[in-house]
Amino acid sequence: MSDAFAWLYSDVVKEHFTNPKNVFNPDEGFPYNAEGMTGNIKCGDQMLFMLLVEGDVIKDVRWKTYGCASAIASTSMLSEVVKGMTIKQAYNIKPNDIVAKLGGLPDNKIHCSVLGDKALRAAIDDYLAKNGRAGEFRNEGARIICTCLNISDRDIEEAVKQGARDWVGLQERTKIGTVCGGCKETAEELLHEYVHIFGDE
Amino acid sequence: MERRFVYMDYNATTPLRPEVKAEMIEDLELYANASSLHEAGRKARSRIERSRAAVAALIGAKDPERVVFTSGGSESNNTVFATMFHLGRKGGRKGIVTTKIEHPCVLNAAKWLADEGFPVTFLDVDEYGVVDMDQLRRAVGPETLLVSVMAANNEIGTVQDIRAIAAIAKAAGAYMHTDATQSVGKIPVSVDDWGVDYMTMSCHKLYGPKGIGGLYVREGRPLEPLIRGGHQEHGFRAGTYNNQGIMGFGLAAELAKAELDDYVERIGGLRRRLRDGILAAVPKCRVNGHPERVLPNTLNVSFPGAEGEAILLSLDLEGIRVSTGSACASGSLDPSHVLMATGVGPELAHGSIRFSLGRDSTEEDVDYVVSRIGPIIARLRSMSTVSY
Repeated sequence: MSDAFAWLYSDVVKEHFTNPKNVFNPDEGFPYNAEGMTGNIKCGDQMLFMLLVEGDVIKDVRWKTYGCASAIASTSMLSEVVKGMTIKQAYNIKPNDIVAKLGGLPDNKIHCSVLGDKALRAAIDDYLAKNGRAGEFRNEGARIICTCLNISDRDIEEAVKQGARDWVGLQERTKIGTVCGGCKETAEELLHEYVHIFGDE
Repeated sequence: MERRFVYMDYNATTPLRPEVKAEMIEDLELYANASSLHEAGRKARSRIERSRAAVAALIGAKDPERVVFTSGGSESNNTVFATMFHLGRKGGRKGIVTTKIEHPCVLNAAKWLADEGFPVTFLDVDEYGVVDMDQLRRAVGPETLLVSVMAANNEIGTVQDIRAIAAIAKAAGAYMHTDATQSVGKIPVSVDDWGVDYMTMSCHKLYGPKGIGGLYVREGRPLEPLIRGGHQEHGFRAGTYNNQGIMGFGLAAELAKAELDDYVERIGGLRRRLRDGILAAVPKCRVNGHPERVLPNTLNVSFPGAEGEAILLSLDLEGIRVSTGSACASGSLDPSHVLMATGVGPELAHGSIRFSLGRDSTEEDVDYVVSRIGPIIARLRSMSTVSY
């Protein structure tokens, strides 16, 4: 491990940061049939995924990222991992899977790695929508947060996309935490994360 | 150009000068408690007073006794705000007027006073980081207890007109404090010319040791100790004297004063070379801070389309050490409060790099940075969702 990076990032992160794989190059003429973008420049990170899907299998992928070294490295790693996967498998990838493959990230950089899978899912949703299958994977890979009312992380994400910005706003849209309230801490962490990613104000 | 190590983060801290280091090592022998009455103690004390005189001379303070040694800039700033807390809660004036671009130790001390019920105004700055003087005039009045404005900004280098600001504070009967942490040793500093009542200094920004700083307090101005205890520093700052640190501060101040004119000219020239080189090497970048009223060593540039932490680490891989105003580097979600206050917007704030030069900087260093920055920005932009 290089001394200059030893304290901050793993060798794998460094490799994907300095030699990122599958970066979109406009001159290449990449024949993609789906794309998805998430994040915004205001928050300091934004990712774009372009997919070439054939028979529900991701044949090839390109991406672009505005972001820090861990954002670039995690997008690059994700782009390698999803090649050859079915879109359903790819839809179920979690940020933690990518962080693990990168050999870990410092705690305060984890939030920089959570955009890639969302951009990827946006691209897969785009593919589904273009093929008359909109919303087919809505509950794929969802984690139930509120067990009383069966509300998942995806439901929270969707509520934020529709404008929920705080706990009250989230409850108005989902009724989350209105029975036992035991999920509030986890739900608020997710809410904070999604507001950072999707909140535009 | 061949790979080399280039330190361009002098505003974060400076290396210890070899002369200062050598003297500090010698000074380690002066272990005696400078408050002791015996000869060894008196000897240590005498060296401390020589240092005090050197620091006073650097800031144009006629009476060295007006300099109180502290552990550094944060302590000095906090001592002033704590003093205002004690004054304000006794009744009378309570208004605090400061700016949006202060160092976090002033911002957080001011927020603490706001929480304690003091009316606090955070002044706006213009696109160059210059304090809005009209707003200052409106904000300062008969209720104002303290005006605190940094002399030069650590991130963008913009130098304020402290003399004009102090005149407004004085006319209203308010105390004037300036955080001169980034100014001392870089530009001419004079407490009398500026007309300030309190001034904060730090030693490790001028090639001296860390853990030592100073607070200038004009005669007759109140001061409440932050650290209570013994009678050191006339009871204004308790704790056994930091012999070695104070001696290092004294020599660093003496050398800084002797070399100031050369520093301003030579480092200012290197800054222009770096600025012109970067502007020529990188399309569509923007220099932040005031074009003329700026520290001779500080160059802050925004590179839209590229993110600051990624730029910083790319430069780091080339052996170049700088800092950034990006949120990603700080671990928070917000980019530089200073750049945001200048209104450049989040993209330029996230993509900002501070190059701060120092006395060991050379033309070769500057040319090396210029040779590396172009390809780095081009590479990051080619990966970016934002096209340039």
